[in-house]
Amino acid sequence: MEMEERKGRYGEYGGQYIPETLVPAVQEVERAYEHYKNDTAFQKELQDLLEKYAGRPSLLYYAEKMTKDLGGAKIYLKREDLNHTGSHKINNVLGQVLLAKKMGKKRVIAETGAGQHGVATATAAALMGMECEIFMGKEDTDRQALNCYRMELLGAKVHPVTSGTMTLKDAVNETMREWATRMDDTFYVLGSVMGPHPFPMMVRDFQKIIGAEIKQQLLAAEGKLPDAVIACVGGGSNAMGAFYEFIPDKGVRLIGCEAAGLGVDNPKNAATVTNGSVGIFHGMKSIFCQDEYGQIAPVYSISAGLDYPGIGPEHANLNETGRAEYVPVTDDEAVDAFAYLSRTEGIIPAIESAHAVAHAMKIAHTFDKNQIIVVNISGRGDKDVAAIARYRGVEIFD
Amino acid sequence: MNRIEKAFENKKAFIAFVTGGDPDLETTEALIPQMAQAGADIIEIGIPFSDPIAEGVVIQQADERALRAQTTTDKLFDMVKRVRGKVDVPLVFMTYINPIYTYGTEKFMEKCAECGIDGVIVPDVPFEERQEIQDACDAQKVALISMIAPTSKERIRLIAKNAEGFLYCVSSLGVTGVRSNITTNVSEMVSQVKAVSDIPCAVGFGISTPKQAREMAAVSDGAIVGSAIVKIIAQYGKNCISPVCDYIREMKAAVLAA
Repeated sequence: MEMEERKGRYGEYGGQYIPETLVPAVQEVERAYEHYKNDTAFQKELQDLLEKYAGRPSLLYYAEKMTKDLGGAKIYLKREDLNHTGSHKINNVLGQVLLAKKMGKKRVIAETGAGQHGVATATAAALMGMECEIFMGKEDTDRQALNCYRMELLGAKVHPVTSGTMTLKDAVNETMREWATRMDDTFYVLGSVMGPHPFPMMVRDFQKIIGAEIKQQLLAAEGKLPDAVIACVGGGSNAMGAFYEFIPDKGVRLIGCEAAGLGVDNPKNAATVTNGSVGIFHGMKSIFCQDEYGQIAPVYSISAGLDYPGIGPEHANLNETGRAEYVPVTDDEAVDAFAYLSRTEGIIPAIESAHAVAHAMKIAHTFDKNQIIVVNISGRGDKDVAAIARYRGVEIFD
Repeated sequence: MNRIEKAFENKKAFIAFVTGGDPDLETTEALIPQMAQAGADIIEIGIPFSDPIAEGVVIQQADERALRAQTTTDKLFDMVKRVRGKVDVPLVFMTYINPIYTYGTEKFMEKCAECGIDGVIVPDVPFEERQEIQDACDAQKVALISMIAPTSKERIRLIAKNAEGFLYCVSSLGVTGVRSNITTNVSEMVSQVKAVSDIPCAVGFGISTPKQAREMAAVSDGAIVGSAIVKIIAQYGKNCISPVCDYIREMKAAVLAA
């Protein structure tokens, strides 16, 4: 069988590596999605939600001061931070929760790292009248108390996960375990372009609107395509969303920024492509931070949203084929970029997105003045302000 | 007739699970021959994994203890090789696909054959992904043991037709762990299997009492017990051999009475 013909595969990556108990539930999602993705009424309903509820299209903003200051490429910022709930996560959850509702499910469950996906899922569940339970590592519930309360305000129940390293990967484990216990009325809203097929494809489809808008907006503003699109990568949903539309446009460099934590040579990092190797975990064959025996590594990043030991399978393939490049960005660089964008453009980005800003700051000067870089600002930074203050030695309460 | 077939020959089988290296490899090495002596017909050895998504908290914690004790796949292979000289019961590895894939699937199965491992159970490789490891298993005559679950329904026939070794019938939704009640109609699951295959069916997930073991063995070819044994090991640590064997004798008697 040709690789390309294998369902849910991106080159050798992807697949459906899940326990038998869950296979029928995942296949049910797959069948439903295959049906509804071509259903005009479903697409219309989703489009309405994106426009009238989430506030799409998001702006594509020319960062003139930053451009002048960096002295190279023209910098545009895709403002996913302006979406309802403050990040790109809403694009995906509106799609998945709507699908869950069409499938007759009554309850949605989700993992969350920093809490952005949890908040978005709780929001969509409140809007569409579904029960909602969120699984979040105990480390993260402690770090992100505000987001936990936010989810509770939205009617969700938050379960702190105390297994393993008590962070995002453990939250995914626990959500899968919960789903295997109760599938009849429950839909697992996965937060990134990861997990078993159809999730990497479905989440990418719900996020590809980011790149489609960039293309349209930039053509209107500049009459041409960008020279580079830069986005941060944890599991990789905002990057996949920003990249996808440009994959056939070979002249557009696609650059994913992974969290290098304290540095790629320090054990405290989450730079999967830089340091990882091929493995099979969380339902997919992809690249993971792991040891020689396949034990998944405890990873670290200042950003809870990038603190994940794997990467979506389509990214693994884009890396392998060379269509996209993946670069490490450290905590220090991200924190500098966080402060820089705040001061220079009056935009406080999520610490995740600040990783992409940091790389743009590094490479902008290597471009000509008539070239264009688009940086995806995947979320806003309000949630990070207290943590960044602490990082810089200022004690404030969030 | 291979060792797994013999384990089910003219009798119901009692299958016991232990996490390799919990609380340390020396204890596991001493325990396995004693488990066989006490009546375990097949012994499943768990290769600990950092993220065992099909396990409940009891086996998750056993994996954590084993990994803290520096257990590795290579050390387990060495241990199994030594144990194989002492016991004739089938030994089966239970682990996740990542430790196998990362080790090198072919190399892993070669080592299994070399050390006397009779089969592997890999919960996160469902029927559709078997090609990931099937050829390597076949080449070394290591049985790739399949699972069916309460949700499998029409998939049961498909899985049963292609099953080898024995078929692991998952009694309940969710993850491994002790349950007070098993509500699935296991008898119905087993009869669907028997309609298309002679493969022995052993029931696992949730079994801890002799009564449950007897009931499950009565409607199948055997009972699998994991978490209840691991709990005893968690309680007694290095001194677990005698209480584990007492428990196995009791459970074995219940299975034979079925």
